[in-house]
Amino acid sequence: MLPDLGKYSFAVLGSYAATVLLIVALVGLSFWQRARVKRALAEVEARQGKTDG
Amino acid sequence: MSIWEYANPKRFMQSSAWALPWMIGLTVLCLVVGLVWGFFFTPDDYKQGSTVKIIYLHVPSAMMAINAWVMMLVASLIWIVRRHHVSALAAKAAAPVGLTFTLIALATGALWQAIEDPDTAADLTAILCLVGSVFALLSRYAVNFWNQGLHQGATLSLDKEENISDVFWLPLLICIAGFVLLFVTLVLMRTRTEIRARRLQALLARERVA
Repeated sequence: MLPDLGKYSFAVLGSYAATVLLIVALVGLSFWQRARVKRALAEVEARQGKTDG
Repeated sequence: MSIWEYANPKRFMQSSAWALPWMIGLTVLCLVVGLVWGFFFTPDDYKQGSTVKIIYLHVPSAMMAINAWVMMLVASLIWIVRRHHVSALAAKAAAPVGLTFTLIALATGALWQAIEDPDTAADLTAILCLVGSVFALLSRYAVNFWNQGLHQGATLSLDKEENISDVFWLPLLICIAGFVLLFVTLVLMRTRTEIRARRLQALLARERVA
């Protein structure tokens, strides 16, 4: 299934692994921040009787 | 309808809420198709061997690292000139995304080139880090500056002789589209978060005063 990368397998697979790791971390952080801020805003708006725009 | 209507946070939140699911879907589709095609179904290069597969990560991320700076520059100029809050928040939201793409470009570039000459690759990476952080746009022309040395010529060129071979061209184009969409999607999502955070701060400040 995996193509034969020969002597460059570390460089190629390392590049893909590093990229996936960084993108997953960034996407995960973005979703986590979104959920945290959205929840906090909903709480404050509910407390103050306002709705999100 | 004027583009400046989107500078209204409420209008921006409405439009981006509609666009975001489509953007996420398109991003995933382009990245999966482009990367799977490039990794599994393209041949080795006669000169670079299997390392040519790194092109599907390095070129799109390097392009977006530079374009992120340009986008932040434009958004910052709009903030300075017209004082639209959404543009300032979009520039702030783009910074971590641009940083991540820069890291990917540097990491994959170092891994790609280190094979033939590790010391020269380390020199180039160090120079790119120093120069690129201050003069980000200059890195766009690094391929030309170092054309005769470590880095190959421009991957994408209008010159048919210089441009990348057709067999790598289409999957690379899809990967570039995937990275562009990933950037736009993340910036949209993060800008929405920044707008909410700004509103949260305002409401909390009002609570403290009351």
